[in-house]
Amino acid sequence: MTRTHITLAAALLLVVRLWALDGDVGLHDPSTIVRDGSRFYAYATGGGLPMSVSDDGWTWRRAGGVMQSMPDGRPGADVIARGGNNTWAPDVIKVGDKYFLYYAAPGTQPKAAIGLLVGKTLDPTSPDYKWTDAGPVVWSDGVEDSNAIDPGVFRDPANGSLWLTYGSYFGYIRLVELDPKTGTRLYPQRAPVNVAINSEASIIVSHDGWYYLLVTHGSCCQGAASSYSIRMGRARKVTGPYLDRSGVDMLQGGGSLFLGSSGRMVGPGHFGLLDLGDGVQKFSCHFEADLDRGGISVLDIRPLLWRDGWPVGGDNVPAGTYRIESARTGTALELAVEGVPVGGRRGRGGPPRGGGAGGRGGAGEAPPPTPIAAQEAAQVSANWPAGALDARLSPYLLQAQQKWAVTPAANAGGYAGSPYFRISVAGTERSLTATANGELTVLPTFTGSPEQLWRIDQLADGTYRFTPKAVPGGNATMALSAIGGSSPTLERVDASTDRQRWLLRTP
Amino acid sequence: MTLTRILCGMAVCTALTVGVAAQGVPVVPTIIRPATASKPAAAGGFLQRWLILEPIAVPGQLTDSAVRTTVARDYFPGQLTAFPKNDDTVTVDGKPLQWHAVDTTNYNVNLFHFAAGLKKPTSNVLFWIVTIVRAPQDMPDTRLAIGSNAASVWWLNGEQVISLFNDRQTVIDDGVSRRVMLKKGVNVIRAAIINAGGATDFCARFLDANARPITGLTIDLAATTDVK
Repeated sequence: MTRTHITLAAALLLVVRLWALDGDVGLHDPSTIVRDGSRFYAYATGGGLPMSVSDDGWTWRRAGGVMQSMPDGRPGADVIARGGNNTWAPDVIKVGDKYFLYYAAPGTQPKAAIGLLVGKTLDPTSPDYKWTDAGPVVWSDGVEDSNAIDPGVFRDPANGSLWLTYGSYFGYIRLVELDPKTGTRLYPQRAPVNVAINSEASIIVSHDGWYYLLVTHGSCCQGAASSYSIRMGRARKVTGPYLDRSGVDMLQGGGSLFLGSSGRMVGPGHFGLLDLGDGVQKFSCHFEADLDRGGISVLDIRPLLWRDGWPVGGDNVPAGTYRIESARTGTALELAVEGVPVGGRRGRGGPPRGGGAGGRGGAGEAPPPTPIAAQEAAQVSANWPAGALDARLSPYLLQAQQKWAVTPAANAGGYAGSPYFRISVAGTERSLTATANGELTVLPTFTGSPEQLWRIDQLADGTYRFTPKAVPGGNATMALSAIGGSSPTLERVDASTDRQRWLLRTP
Repeated sequence: MTLTRILCGMAVCTALTVGVAAQGVPVVPTIIRPATASKPAAAGGFLQRWLILEPIAVPGQLTDSAVRTTVARDYFPGQLTAFPKNDDTVTVDGKPLQWHAVDTTNYNVNLFHFAAGLKKPTSNVLFWIVTIVRAPQDMPDTRLAIGSNAASVWWLNGEQVISLFNDRQTVIDDGVSRRVMLKKGVNVIRAAIINAGGATDFCARFLDANARPITGLTIDLAATTDVK
């Protein structure tokens, strides 16, 4: 391989690596990602329950293991007795001022237990950091139709009740109610409720009066041969029955596809909801194989959308050239320069058409119209004024000043699931920039300053919200807003307004 | 011809039948003569009282550069500073043009009705408009929000705040200014609206910091003594 090829390959790798989180993201069976303070935490399968931490949700690092704070660095004796000595697939939730961390402690499956650890903080550097063993919560004896692994914990926002699903392919996915005060079973004498079969990595979320059971189907742990996919059903009661989109009960093997393999990522599993507030929901999962990381299993975070009453896995924004269209006004963001019609100015109906009398066929007909090439900035930008210019909204006419290159900003950090982006008029350095008074300008160059770094969150309806990393002199998070049909501005983030919803379309 | 003369002849605040269609059907009378000393902003915040200068013939080109060129020309003394009164006359290209105080019965001001009623051209024309708005207190972070058919340039208290180019229809809140201070007392809004052909109109209101229409304003065309 030549040096050029090596460089190109490295560059491509760099670009692609930007899309599946950054840093040390190799893990398997991740927990729901939880924020404590300004940091994001994820826990995963492995000796000592490895912990990953991120300051921004984009760049991750390993931060030791949970069991380091436990006596002997292993599960409690009762947990081991009910299950085994392994530590798999944890899930974590904050209830009141406590964190409940559930983890699978399998022995020889399906003999397994789910243990509970209770702590005040997730921050290992805090003087309050300590996990206390609260014993096994549920277990399977190795004979019954259950395998007590893969805990998924759910707090019902409707009434504050707390629920745990668990299980794997040896039997049913089961549901028990927990005591929000202790994290242990509320009614240990009651039999668990079976809610699904042929699944693992289950967890419940709720939305608009429905409960959704998300599970993982298929096989794990075979790299790019893993057939893992995330499946779903929904119910009006937390206890089910959970039916998929075709009406098949998940107790009878139902489960509509939520997310499968795509692009360079194979085998998604272990859904976790990450609600960032202000109308932004994301989900975490692992992929069994990231082909751009040698096929290892990696953590990922993607937008969570809702359509027709069902969750939909969105995609983080790929680099590309887009028209940025207001969902409110239908007009497109453009550099405020005088547009030149694509193909040049011409009269109504374009150039004269051939054909003579009758207009069809026959000798002497003019040649058919030729295609008009797409307009690029290099063709028209010589007449654009230098210096800072306004941004405005206009009907989209395929013109160069209306096409925006959305590109990950190198070494600029990111947010949950994605790097910050630079937004420049395609083919130029002219870059969208937040100004001190909460307005917009387009500067002639990109410097990488915070007011030129853009966060792009896909919202539940599939539209996007653009927020600058910083507004000079401002503290509030502001979003790109179509306050008028021709007038963009920045406004304080408001999830209820269409002004802040945008479409990214092919130019 | 004054606007008064082309009103229906009634003494007070009469609907202006600005023209008669070819079939003899009266045009919808949306322009009326002001009958009160002041007028509150309408529901929805729309400003419904304006002084409008009879149209000036211009090329009617609507590109960015053409509009800037058209608007940059000095047509009459004080076109960006003076505050006219109803029936005042200015001379443009040797021809007298008259200012008319009007109220609109709609959210918008129909300049086609206005000009056609005066038997003035409606195509390839420039309209100068101006109004004075009283604000009860300083109102920071407000925005002037307008729609125009067609291109237009707007000034608030002498500062250019909105420019819209190209052929366009009047859409509520099409052009919205950056955040501005609406001063306690009088505030002058001035605009130049260029029409190439067909219908022509405009609408205007103020939005508050939360993009809601401001209704607590009063239009007072007689407040010229306060204007600086």
